[in-house]
Formats: sequence, C-alpha cells, structure tokens
Amino acid sequence: MEALLSLIHGFGVLADPMNIFYMFLGIFLGVLIGVLPGLGGANGVAILLPLTFSMSPTSAIIMLSSIYWGALFGGAITSVLFNIPGEPWSVATTFDGYPMAQKGRAGEALTAAFTGSFFGAFIATIVLTFLAPVIARFALQFGPAEFFAVYLLTFCSFVGMGKESPFKTIAAMMLGFALAAVGIDTVTGQLRMTFGSTELLRGFDFLIAVIGLFGVGEILLTMEEGLAFRGSTARINAKVVLHTWAQLPRYWASALRGSVVGCWMGITPGGATPASFMSYGLAKRFSKNGPKFGTGEVEGVLAPETAAHAAGTSALLPMLTLGIPGSPTAAVMLGGLLIWGLQPGPLLFVEQKDFVWGLIASIYLGNIAGLIVVLTTVPLFASILRIPFSIIAPIILVVCAVGAYTVHNALLDISVMLLFGVIGYVFKKLNYPLAPLVLALVLGDMAESSFRQAMLLSNGSLSIFVSNFLVGSIVALALLMLFWPLISLLLARAKATRPPDGHMVQAE
Amino acid sequence: MAQPADRSEHTVSTKTIELVVAFLFMALAVLIMYDNWRIGATWAADGPEAGYFPFRIGAIMFLASAVTFGINLMGRGVDENFVDRSQFKQVLQVLVPTAIFVAAIGLIGIYLAAGLFIGLFMWWLGKYPIYKIAPVAIAIPVILFFMFEVWFLVPLPKGPIEQALGY
Repeated sequence: MEALLSLIHGFGVLADPMNIFYMFLGIFLGVLIGVLPGLGGANGVAILLPLTFSMSPTSAIIMLSSIYWGALFGGAITSVLFNIPGEPWSVATTFDGYPMAQKGRAGEALTAAFTGSFFGAFIATIVLTFLAPVIARFALQFGPAEFFAVYLLTFCSFVGMGKESPFKTIAAMMLGFALAAVGIDTVTGQLRMTFGSTELLRGFDFLIAVIGLFGVGEILLTMEEGLAFRGSTARINAKVVLHTWAQLPRYWASALRGSVVGCWMGITPGGATPASFMSYGLAKRFSKNGPKFGTGEVEGVLAPETAAHAAGTSALLPMLTLGIPGSPTAAVMLGGLLIWGLQPGPLLFVEQKDFVWGLIASIYLGNIAGLIVVLTTVPLFASILRIPFSIIAPIILVVCAVGAYTVHNALLDISVMLLFGVIGYVFKKLNYPLAPLVLALVLGDMAESSFRQAMLLSNGSLSIFVSNFLVGSIVALALLMLFWPLISLLLARAKATRPPDGHMVQAE
Repeated sequence: MAQPADRSEHTVSTKTIELVVAFLFMALAVLIMYDNWRIGATWAADGPEAGYFPFRIGAIMFLASAVTFGINLMGRGVDENFVDRSQFKQVLQVLVPTAIFVAAIGLIGIYLAAGLFIGLFMWWLGKYPIYKIAPVAIAIPVILFFMFEVWFLVPLPKGPIEQALGY
C-alpha cells in the first residue's frame, strides 16, 4: 500500500511537462539508437550522458531511462525487417520475425514484438514497484561484508550463467577490476599502476570503455560482414494492429512465462540476451505450435521480446536498491547517478523519494509512450535503415568520438576509445564477454572498498564472510555460481556413465 | 562472400590469436602484480595496503588466462581462420581512417575533422558523387555545432578555423 502511495507521488513528479518532453525525446533517440548498428543501449546512454549534466537528476534519469526503453523497442525493428539484430537481445526475435516479414506479415510481427515488449516491461515494472522498497529496507541492514558478498554473487553469476568459457569470463572481469584500480587509491592516496604517467592519474573511465567496446567494436564487426541491408517493407496500420491484438491473448502463457524468466534473469545479472533465448526455447517446447517455430510464428516473436524487455526493466531493481546494476546499460545509468551526486543503494529510497518514484513512474509512462512511438514511426525508422552503411558508419564514429570527448573534455580519451574499440573487436571474435568487463570497471572501486572495510572489521580474516547466516548464504550462493560450470560438467558426466534403469545406451 | 577454406584468404588461425591474447593477459597480470607488490600488497598494521586488492586481481587474471592458454596449446582450440583477408581489409578500411580522424581532431578541431572524415569515407568506400557527399559532410558538423556549443553549452575541441570565426 505504501508503494502505491509513493507511486502516485511519483506520477506527481512526472506532471512537469518538461519531464514528459524529455521522455518522448528519450524514447525517440532510443529507438534511433536501437535501430542503428554500433549504437546500442549502453553506449547510446553513455554518449548522451554528458548532455544531461545541466538537467535536474530526475529529468536526466527520465530521459536516459527512456532512451533505454526506446533502444529495447528499436532492436525488434531491425530483427524483423532486416534479419539483423540491432541489439544482442533481439537475436532470438529474428528466428520467427524475419520469416514472417518475408511472408508479408511484417506488420503483424512488429505489432506482436512491440506488444510483447510492453507486456514484459509492464510485469517487470510491477515487480519493481512492490519488490524494490522491500529489498531496499532489507538492505539498509547490510554491512560492508554483506555488500561485498552481493558484489561477489553478481560477478560469480557471470561465470555460472554465461555461455562463454568461464576462464575467459574471469579474465575479462579481472581486466575490468584492474583498469578500475588505475589511478589514485582513495584510501591511502597512493598511486597505483600509473607507471609515472600523468595521463593515467585520472584512471580509466568506464564510459569511454563502453563507447569503444560496444560502439567502435561493433562498427568494425559489422564492417567485416560487408553489410548490405536488404529489408522488407513494413506497413503498420490500425487494422493490422487490431487484428494482431485480437489473436495475442491466445499466447498469454508464453507471454507470462517470458516475463517471469525475464524478471529473474534481469535481477540476477543474467541479462536480457540469455533471457530472450531461454524464453524462446521454453515457448518452443511448451507451445502447441512448437514444431512450426522458426517458420514465422507470432508466438516465436512474442516470447523472446517479452523476456528481453522484462529483463531490461528488472535490471534496474538491483541498481536502485543495492547499487549493483544488472546489465551494462544499467551500469551506465548508475555511473550517471554517481555523477549527479546520488549514491545508489538502499538509502536512495529514504533520501531521494522524488527521484526514485519519479523514475519508477516514468517507466510505466515511458513504456506506454514507447509503444505509441514505435507503432506510429516504424516506416520512418525503416527508411533510416536503408541509408547505406558507408554513410552511417562515419557518422556513428563521429558521434562516438564526440561522446568520448565530452565525458572529461579530454582529447586523449578519444584515442583510448579507439583502443577499446579494437579490444572489443578482438574480444567479440574470441568470445570474451564484454558485460563483466564493463561491470567490473564500474563496480571495481565500490567492491574494493567494501572488501577493505570488511577486512578491517575482521582484522584481515576471511572468516567475516561466513560470520552470520545472511552473509554466509550469499557467499555460498556465489560460490555455487562460480563453480556451476564444473558442477554441471560433473553432473552431465555422471549421467552419461550411469544410464537410468540399466538400459543400454543406444549406439550411434 | 569468399569461402573460408580458400587458401588465398588465409591469414592467421583463431588458435594463434587465442594464444596471443591469453599471453597478453598473462603479461598484463604479471605487470599488475609487480606494480602492486612494489607499493605493498600485504597486511600492514593499519589494514590492507594499497596494492592488496589489485595484486589478488592480477593473480586471478594470471591463473584464468594460463588455463585459456593451456587449453588452446593442447590443441583443443579452433584451427580456422581468425579473419579472412577480404574481411580484414574491410576492417582496416574503417580502422585506419578513423585513427587518422582521431589524430586530426587535436590539430584542426572536431568539426572540420568530422566533415572531412565523413566526406572522404563516403567518397572512398561509398563511391558517391560529390553532390551527394557535400550535404551530409556539411550538415553533420553544423548540427553537432548547434547541438553542443549552442543548445547544451558543451564545448568540443576546436581548431584554427573556428578561432578565426570567433569561437
């Protein structure tokens, strides 16, 4: 009940017409970012972050989160019309979306995708509204040891849930931590890993890394494919939308399943991408139309989109309540909070009520606005996609350079961005995951300081991390996640050597 | 698209690059450990020293990359081409001009550099006629200028031309 009252208060914050304007501007920019190759949610928000420094934090976060919703919607447009996922989480949408477009049902596929996104986000926002205050109140009792345990869980989850090699995940993550430690140590004032260079004193800013890794790296990868856009045309009119909406209620089970999977994967840092694949797989297994998946089923578009959007939205929950983002984009927004002087974490709900509830209310409105914007502007964005890559690519690179420069007004940052672009390209090709690197770079300082504080409390003994039930169980869960690849390997091997009920294993 | 098996397309195998990257990770980890050991990575009387946490980060990085290195050395790695020659050419066609663009920003300011970069890119890779290039190459820097310098009051790097115009 208290959450509802706070939410109504939040809608009051939104009543400012400037905030509504920023919301629509954000959605529009977000869809544009989602549609263009090389600009995604994470680096799009990173590039636009400096523009918000002069706004009030509430307006700024409303605009930035609207960019994020827009990018989530936008990824579906390229997937369906061009068979090119604009964002990693819309890869699963291409499986059935593109075949539908080829059959001339692009309008239906897009309507299903957008509506599914909206539904997933809506469920996740309800979860956020009612769960966030509870978690925040609970987290107020956390000490440094508990916080470090949660950080540990976050990072171990990447190892356990990622499909990349666990050793590569760990290496990429440690690279992030190491880069975060470069510069002046805030506790002792000592210089770390600067090697006598004054440029390294500032350390590495994760915004630069994000723009390079995701923006420039993506352009290089796209260039390798020698892009030729060959897309279908989409005509969305009220008739198609209503016709599609009439048949969507049939797939309520898939939509609900997708939302649950998405919420879960978003809160634990699995992210939107695995959530969308998992939801697609589940829908394929449980649906009556399962065997026809991949040939152009509405349900096959609905399921991954619902999950991706639910995950994207619920990724804000750990960011707001614990200060731990569930996705790279949430991490960039967290960086924004820090720049505006807000300390993310449980205290935010006590001290910055306007901000938190304004944001949550804006998610409700933002998704309604997003649905309206995308349903009415698909032809416009589809025509942007027809602009050849040799025009779009230099423009995007210029925008990335501008974004990297404006973070600190430092020329060198543009070169650093380019370097991160090359690293991103090589890492992508070798399947080193980028998300843990970015998150470690963002959270490195905070994880380190909670680790140090905890160690100070216990006088250097690791036993503080098992000293009470709460911290002990989080650490145990984290270790389970860390060793999950090994455990699942052993389980699979045990199953293979002992066939159930003594049946002979079928010879190949 | 060229066939990956085409001999003329052969560059380096993915396995080689895997080994190189894992080795670089290990070298970097040694550097991290060395520098943090230098500033103190143990437990002092007043708590952990500055290098305490990063030293351990370096150690974990070394171990993880050593395993990746080992796995690839044992021949379990992928033996196909890391990047086809034609693909690599296309990547360089973007990377080299971008590097020149980045270097030029410091000399002539971002607006002129961006206009030249976009124009030359379209002319060289897109083979567009000049009347199609000019509007894009002029419009983008002008839009950037008004958006940043005028609307949001965020200064971008400027060169001699902008100074001559009074900015």
